[in-house]
Amino acid sequence: MGSRASSLLREEDIEEIKKETGFSHSQITRLYSRFHSLDKGENGALSREDFQRIPELAINPLGDRIINAFFPEGEDQVNFRGFMRTLAHFRPVEDNEKNKDPSSGEPLNSRNNKLLFAFRLYDLDRDDKISRDELLQVLRMMVGVNISDEQLGSIADRTIQEADTNGDMSISFSEFIKVLEKVDVEQKMSIRFLH
Amino acid sequence: SGVCSMEDVWPMLRMAFVVLVLLIMLPAMFGLSLGITEAYMKILIKTLEWATLKIQKNSEEKKTLKPSSSNGLIQRDDSSLEKEIVELRRNRTRPVEGGDFALSDVFYFSRRGVESIVEDEVTHRFSSEELASWNLLTRTNNNFHYISLRLTILWGVGVCIRYGILLPLRVTLAAIGISWLVVGTTGVGFLPNCRLKDWLSELVHVMCYRICARGLSATIHYHNRENKPKKGGICVANHTSPIDVVILANDGGYAMVGQVHGGLMGVIQRAMVRACPHIWFERAEMKDRHLVTKRLRDHVNDKNKLPILIFPEGTCINNTSVMMFKKGSFEIGGTIYPVAIKVEPFCLIYPVAIKVEAFCLIYPVAIKVEAFCLIYPVAIKVEPFCLIYPVAIKVEPFCLIYPVAIKYDPQFGDAFWNSGKYNMVSYLLRMMTSWAIVCNVWYLPPMTQQEGEDAVQFANRVKSAIAHQGGLVDLSWDGGLKRAKVKDTFRQEQQKIYSHMLVRDDSSD
Repeated sequence: MGSRASSLLREEDIEEIKKETGFSHSQITRLYSRFHSLDKGENGALSREDFQRIPELAINPLGDRIINAFFPEGEDQVNFRGFMRTLAHFRPVEDNEKNKDPSSGEPLNSRNNKLLFAFRLYDLDRDDKISRDELLQVLRMMVGVNISDEQLGSIADRTIQEADTNGDMSISFSEFIKVLEKVDVEQKMSIRFLH
Repeated sequence: SGVCSMEDVWPMLRMAFVVLVLLIMLPAMFGLSLGITEAYMKILIKTLEWATLKIQKNSEEKKTLKPSSSNGLIQRDDSSLEKEIVELRRNRTRPVEGGDFALSDVFYFSRRGVESIVEDEVTHRFSSEELASWNLLTRTNNNFHYISLRLTILWGVGVCIRYGILLPLRVTLAAIGISWLVVGTTGVGFLPNCRLKDWLSELVHVMCYRICARGLSATIHYHNRENKPKKGGICVANHTSPIDVVILANDGGYAMVGQVHGGLMGVIQRAMVRACPHIWFERAEMKDRHLVTKRLRDHVNDKNKLPILIFPEGTCINNTSVMMFKKGSFEIGGTIYPVAIKVEPFCLIYPVAIKVEAFCLIYPVAIKVEAFCLIYPVAIKVEPFCLIYPVAIKVEPFCLIYPVAIKYDPQFGDAFWNSGKYNMVSYLLRMMTSWAIVCNVWYLPPMTQQEGEDAVQFANRVKSAIAHQGGLVDLSWDGGLKRAKVKDTFRQEQQKIYSHMLVRDDSSD
């Protein structure tokens, strides 16, 4: 007579996820319920179709890129650990005060990692560089058919010109960070999780 | 001798069973009550309260905070795309030319996207509502762990009662109710058309629904009965389950609209139609818009016929929200000068779009329209158009739409039919092994379209009224999302707004 969804999630797993992501116990169980409700095939992993079934995500212009961020290179299933690891990027930074563990390395929701998440939305082929072509493709996703190729091209050129410091006509991660140094990343890339 | 064996007990049990059935059924047929169901509900409530306290005490002891399903997982603020992107770009200088894009723009979309992955307004509407505390049914046991031996025993006893006593009782009552419906309506069908026939037909129908309602241990509270739908009108309600029909029809006669089925359902449908007019469509007929419109229109025009019952959401929603009332329209043939109303197809959906040709807008308006049913709200697309002021036009037949809100109390049984997950038979089985069905029905006064209000606004106003009255969330998402993908137009809207931010007024794109 245990509960159905969370009986598949063991206490040890919850503890590990807690350490890795910084989410609290109750947040993890509730997110597991959510994971379970999205998992229509009930095989303990989400596919791209499971994400696409969320209407609000389907109408998001960058929906496909966001979905992609959950899936490791070359795979099309994401398990709960992977799901939580990606969501952890959006934890607010203030929440880290309680879990100060020096040995755990940089937390997943650090400013750097949030920027890395955004960087990877642009970096389509995962080669750690945003090329002009990639930038154009992402821009096209965001504007649809409303802007001409030439205009979009000039926007892309200007953006790369502003960011590119080493002249390789593409934006590396460190250049990306430099451009966005004045932006309040911690707040804008955070979701207020309730306890 | 003196030992009570199985052979002695069995006939006694059978007798008790028959007596119980009669005691529940006979008074129900006449709208009276012996108080059996009420007593049952009292005991049930006391038991569930005890169980709830037990669970709460237990979770306090163990210091495991049970997540309250009324709070969300995250706190969202619905600031607009423009506001957020402007904020993101705050600390940089706007480029002189070549469009206004910043690498940080993507933050907005990614945050909104991940928020919707964690929690969204739509997907959970198509699965059952989460309960705040367990009601001793395994099917609602999502987040509740093993608590105590006593509770488990109680649950076990509950299972025995529900499957051993309630289920056979209810199946019997349902069988009696349906048989009575078939026999009664067939009998009434032999009478010539007269007022007696109508009265008897209504009586037979209502009796059957009352028996079925007892069969589900349904307790229904009706509010604002002065607004009850009248003949020649259309009753519109939010949809949660096929049982909605039983709930509403307990309080009066409605003409049903639906597809012709085979098997037992078909037998019932054919019998019902003998006593009073209902509207059953063949599957092929539903595609023919002219036919659909004509039949519905003809029915509504006859002021002696019972009001039609329609569910405009188009699908079952889990009773926490009211989703989009579909736009639809009727095709009304016969061009009458000065108005020719050509309405597009489908079964009555809120609101109705009317394409008007050769139209004169006259104020104040009394329009002589033939064979038309006025359905609120109405979107009128007028072409060609001439404004004349004032002229009197004679209006003939019209029907009113009566909105109705239905809200089930999930504590005693989950009435929502997740048709993707359960078929009709397993759904009915679940209904009959629930504790009870408790629901509230509010009759809302008929609404009319205000001046300066278009059809979509009017539809949303009616939908809001139903949602507000029933304590349901008012959503503009389409119930069709249960099965179908969301339309691309919504994404295109977002893209359009964002494009305007990139390339301002000076560019023509």
